[in-house]
Amino acid sequence: MGSYVANTEKQQKEMLEALGLSTLDELFSEIPGEVKIKGGLNLPEGLSEMETIGRLQEMADKNKVFRTMLRGAGAYRHYIPSIVKSIPAKEEFLTAYTPYQAEISQGILQSIFEYQTMLCELTGMDVSNACVYDGATAAAEAAAMCRDRKRSVVYLSATSHPQVIEVVKTYCFGNGMEVKIVPEKDGHTDRDALAEMLSAQAACFYVQQPNFYGQIEDCSALSELIHGSGAKFIMGINPIAAAILPTPAECGADIAVGEGQPLGMPLGFGGPYMGFMTASSSMGRKLPGRIVGETTDVDGKRGYVLTLQAREQHIRREKASSNICSNEALCALTASVYLAAMGADGLKDAAVQCSSKAHYLAEQLSVAGLRCKYDGEFFHEFVTTGEKKAADILAALEKEGILGGLPLSEHEILWCATELNTKKELDRTAEIVKEVRS
Amino acid sequence: MELIFEKGAQGRKLSLLPKCDVPEKKPGCERQKALRLPQLSENEVSRHYTALSKRAHGVNDGFYPLGSCTMKYNPKVNDEAAGLKGFTDIHPLQPEHTVQGALELLNLAEKSFCEITGMDAMSFEPAAGAHGEFAGLLLIKAYHKKRGDEKRTKIIVPDSAHGTNPASATMAGYEVVSIASREDGCVDLEALKAAVGEDTAGLMLTNPNTVGLFDKNILEITKIVHEAGGLCYYDGANLNAVMGVVRPGDMGFDVIHLNLHKTFSTPHGGGGPGSGPVGCKNILAEFLPGEQTSQDGEENYHLFRPENSIGRLRMFHGNFLVVVRALSYVLTLGREGVPEAAKNAVLNANYLKHLLKDDYHMAFDGLCMHEFVMSLEDLKNELDVSALDIAKALLDYGIHPPTMYFPLIVHEALMIEPTETEPKETLEEAARVFKQILKDAKANPQMLHEAPTTTPVRRLDEVTAARKPVLRYAFAEATEE
Repeated sequence: MGSYVANTEKQQKEMLEALGLSTLDELFSEIPGEVKIKGGLNLPEGLSEMETIGRLQEMADKNKVFRTMLRGAGAYRHYIPSIVKSIPAKEEFLTAYTPYQAEISQGILQSIFEYQTMLCELTGMDVSNACVYDGATAAAEAAAMCRDRKRSVVYLSATSHPQVIEVVKTYCFGNGMEVKIVPEKDGHTDRDALAEMLSAQAACFYVQQPNFYGQIEDCSALSELIHGSGAKFIMGINPIAAAILPTPAECGADIAVGEGQPLGMPLGFGGPYMGFMTASSSMGRKLPGRIVGETTDVDGKRGYVLTLQAREQHIRREKASSNICSNEALCALTASVYLAAMGADGLKDAAVQCSSKAHYLAEQLSVAGLRCKYDGEFFHEFVTTGEKKAADILAALEKEGILGGLPLSEHEILWCATELNTKKELDRTAEIVKEVRS
Repeated sequence: MELIFEKGAQGRKLSLLPKCDVPEKKPGCERQKALRLPQLSENEVSRHYTALSKRAHGVNDGFYPLGSCTMKYNPKVNDEAAGLKGFTDIHPLQPEHTVQGALELLNLAEKSFCEITGMDAMSFEPAAGAHGEFAGLLLIKAYHKKRGDEKRTKIIVPDSAHGTNPASATMAGYEVVSIASREDGCVDLEALKAAVGEDTAGLMLTNPNTVGLFDKNILEITKIVHEAGGLCYYDGANLNAVMGVVRPGDMGFDVIHLNLHKTFSTPHGGGGPGSGPVGCKNILAEFLPGEQTSQDGEENYHLFRPENSIGRLRMFHGNFLVVVRALSYVLTLGREGVPEAAKNAVLNANYLKHLLKDDYHMAFDGLCMHEFVMSLEDLKNELDVSALDIAKALLDYGIHPPTMYFPLIVHEALMIEPTETEPKETLEEAARVFKQILKDAKANPQMLHEAPTTTPVRRLDEVTAARKPVLRYAFAEATEE
């Protein structure tokens, strides 16, 4: 059996003796015998380290790692700079607790302060928290921020990621807010329908930019419409696209959230990822979770602390703005290192390459018999339709080590390209698609 | 220390991406605001974060007896497993037949953690303990709703509970009924009987409780709640004391969450990512969030949505790579290792308590579980030296302070949880330090108010930080475009 217990049997015996006990089991004499486990756990015997890693390697080997990936839909394979892999692995970051003891946690606190600054820069918003679980929970928390006594209806665009919609609905099943889905028209939020649906109870409207279909929404127009009704405007943005698209602040957003995974986190079968949350200064105090602020120590030296904690569960208990305690701090650190390594030019370059490659792929696929379903502008994702069956296309691609786009229906596929996809890969993909019979 | 924005030079950068090999094409609308990010060489990025890491304190840096947080050693093999390409480089929406290993892992993790907790099913979707609590409460809500029993609007939470418990209950739309604990932090049976009724949706409880004592009336407690028609929720924060010895499922709990980043040794990451799987008995399994795994015979694994799922609490499959680490840990420990860890966690706590009990006032006498609480109230009254002062003095000795001012029911509380991965020598050295600090406090209380003195910064002005919040770096105007 493997074990990380430090004390030898001899030491354990000495310690028990000091306590006036003779066996470890006596430590549990307060626990009624009738609830104790009889005959031990039904688990296999423990393994040595070599056996453990072997067993997990076996499982890892049963997964197929695609050489080429053209699937996004909320999780994106981007180039991860080497330094972005090495820094978050430093044990001082990896094994630390939440930085409540500020004097010995300046490294983590400062990194969060820098993260907050970078996210404000990216979104143009005034305030950022230290992140939440993922993009979908960020959207759900943002919706809850907009509630007041008279306004408790959340409007979500049908063009949002289906799982984001589900998460917001689940949170609202809890907190009692009503959810209304605003229909889609030609791959965009149907603004006329939204105008009709909005009521005096509207708390907020959430739209994704780019949306689930990769299309670019007219967020300024949506913002105007929403603010006309007195509700708040929440944007869920892709952080890579944010390098080149108008910022949420420029679009008039009150809150900007999103999935931070593209900023240096591996796909990891879905997690850990991180949700970023930024807001205008008037909404800042409603942000959930941790926030780091700058201050000085008794000697006047600059330092950082967790601040505005009066919002949080460990102080406010049932009156807290959210129950969040653990967040995804190490992922926020990863995002910061990624943004520092890429720099503004590097991030813009990645964004432009994503967009360029996606457009190139769309063109090549159209030659291969798949046409874009929507006419609007897109970033790095787009939906195709055609006579060929999605299942046939994807099977043909899979044989060649390519994970094609996400099938949305019998004939529709949501494709994604990033800077990682080479022209050669995209050409090969189109060739394979061309050969698929309809 | 300089901020990352105060370093570097205009135009400095890393060379990361090749030239674009297709014609450039981007959307017509463009951001107006200049994007100001650091402009550094790779060397500078590396040095900056290395300097920051030296100003951080992890389990690897020293003794970390932070009560209620289970800061045990984080084994490296777990990280190695989580770094395998077959786990890191798979898309969450890949076809099932291409992720059989990942589904097998989730399935095995579910079986293993259900066995340890006495539950029937488990979802790994929740990303943290509080998220798991929220999930568990929604299961309770869905259960009552399906039965048409919608008058159950209240969740009972003892006043000794973690702050997340009442906060989660509010998020789930429940009214929180706080019941006073007995002096020993255990549930006051009479108070519980008086609180339950036909409006009771459930009870949230931690056992061992937050003062480190096992509530021996547990069967009676869960029975009272069940007889009133409510369900019982187990907060798994303190499972490290009893895993392999007693199971929540056998104590009468219907739904639980685990903190894989506490009990199952995954690193805390400076505040996350954690993982807070929600487990439940069969009566609640149909409501579990997200997707569950199943296996047809000895063959393929599949994902399925529980019939009356509450929906999703997070996208995809939760913090999968954290689950990989936790399973790696359980595979290593196995049937004997799991209880061995718990027993040694309890032994270490009792030994350290024993070493300190003649000098420090223990809030509760007798044997404790994996942690114990000291009250510095007398010291505060006599010498104006507070729990905070003692905590700050520990920093100068390289020891991470215990949890301070929690649980709320003990005044001037310090809560100490050594965990099983610390050797006797470390406990003895820590006891020596604690005693020395007490001696210093008595000789010169002012010295304690000054502590720490050897850390990168000293005590920080939290009041001004909150009153005049500075939450981001302000770039000099000159760099504005």
